[in-house]
Amino acid sequence: MPALLSVSEITVKFGGVVAVEDVSLEIILGELVGMIGPNGAGKTTLMRAITGLVKPSSGMVILGGENITNWPTDKRIRNGLALGQQIVKPLTAFTLLENVALASGCQRMASPLQALTQTKKDGELKKAREYLEMVGIGNMSDAYPSEVPLGHLKCLELARALALEPRLILLDEPLAGLNQAEATEMADLISSLVNETRSIFLIEHNLREVIRICPKLYVQDQGRYLDFGFTSEVMANPTVRAAYLGEGMV
Amino acid sequence: MAYEIILATTMAITILFALSLNIITGFCGQVSLGHAAFYGLGAYAGAMLTKAGWPLVAVLPPAAIVAGSVGFIVGLASLRVRHDFLAITTMGVSFLFVGLVRKQEWLGGEIGISGIPAAQFGRPGLLVLSIICAGLFAVFAVYIKRSWMGFAFDSIANDEDTARVLGIDVPRFKLWAFVIGTSGAGIAGALYAHHVRYIGPDSFGFVESVTVLAMVIIGGIGSVWAVALAAAVLSVLPLWFQFVDDYKLLIYGLMVFGVVRFSPNGIAGAVQSLLKRRS
Repeated sequence: MPALLSVSEITVKFGGVVAVEDVSLEIILGELVGMIGPNGAGKTTLMRAITGLVKPSSGMVILGGENITNWPTDKRIRNGLALGQQIVKPLTAFTLLENVALASGCQRMASPLQALTQTKKDGELKKAREYLEMVGIGNMSDAYPSEVPLGHLKCLELARALALEPRLILLDEPLAGLNQAEATEMADLISSLVNETRSIFLIEHNLREVIRICPKLYVQDQGRYLDFGFTSEVMANPTVRAAYLGEGMV
Repeated sequence: MAYEIILATTMAITILFALSLNIITGFCGQVSLGHAAFYGLGAYAGAMLTKAGWPLVAVLPPAAIVAGSVGFIVGLASLRVRHDFLAITTMGVSFLFVGLVRKQEWLGGEIGISGIPAAQFGRPGLLVLSIICAGLFAVFAVYIKRSWMGFAFDSIANDEDTARVLGIDVPRFKLWAFVIGTSGAGIAGALYAHHVRYIGPDSFGFVESVTVLAMVIIGGIGSVWAVALAAAVLSVLPLWFQFVDDYKLLIYGLMVFGVVRFSPNGIAGAVQSLLKRRS
């Protein structure tokens, strides 16, 4: 099966600091892939390079057969990528419903002229309600982000990502800040969202949940590729265990 | 009656001017401290063309185009700077405009342009034209607010980084806001030139930019009716009361301070919370 996302030899530098070095990986449609690595491994930077929020100094990003390396972020999003950020960033002046409806109507805003000529929002509002129901916060749709707890905002981030109707969702630490029960619930939800038309690439520090829900794992350390493959095989790799748990733990 | 017509014309032109800034600052969240420069561009373009024999109605589109084209260029600057830095950049545009016009003999230099032809249809006709232009712009602004463009503007004003990851082409939308807003200011400027029939560089300086921004803030950033109301009242206050004209900046400054302190969303916000409390 051809790769949905193909990252080839990506390097990202911030001045003299190499945050990501020569990383390559592939994700196939319908896969749930976890990304792990110690703090400062460059995981978020790699994700931001895939979405175009940081510009790689070299390398290539291909999505669904198209070279998107030089595309701006918004174009990548409208062409099948979605990003759930580590620090939730809801639009605070919008209700939860409006936050999701905005994402749902992203194709209507492909150009300002197109956006200017369209006023109907009923379809997007209806879809937004469905996505909020799907992530379990349908009853909070008219609330503002400042009125709901962090767990709900994490769900909102997910609903907004889904509303973009992407082929690949990149999630950056969606379980961070949640207690174990909430984290398990969220992990189950994430796992249930993967299907034959949608893949998820997940950065997460909660190793227990990552191992539980991700059939495949990619490991990065100090900006470099460490291992990629089936979770059980990757976790059995002594180099991975050393990098993640520390030399003394292996 | 003639005095009332002058007051009403001033009011209509100022409403158009304030609503045009409301598109940039109110809808799209891009603070502009140089909006009077575009008002001035429209005024100079309009005055030059009617002096060359064009009828007033025909000079409105070129005035909009001249102001909108420069607005596009300034909009390009807004793609590189944000918040306070954008405010300072647009303030620079205001000083640049006045500085450049002062040195151009063909634009009347320091003295400005006098003897601008009166509107062919007289003062009542100019009033009707100003009301039509302000009314059409207000309707257009309400339409924008209801459209997906308004939704995109709102998201950019709220958090442009988040808007970008929701698939919105932030730079292009910002440019559109600048072009629409500055074109509106250009039309207002052309009407103003034929209203006062004399324009000079100082009519479009920093003080004018701050005054129109005060109208938008006092009205309630983003609200069409409230900004129109604030512009209508604040435009005639200095004409009604001499002391307001003498201490204009001080009084408007205090009003802005009062609004920011007690009702950050302006008149619109105050009315909204009052209605909420009643229901």
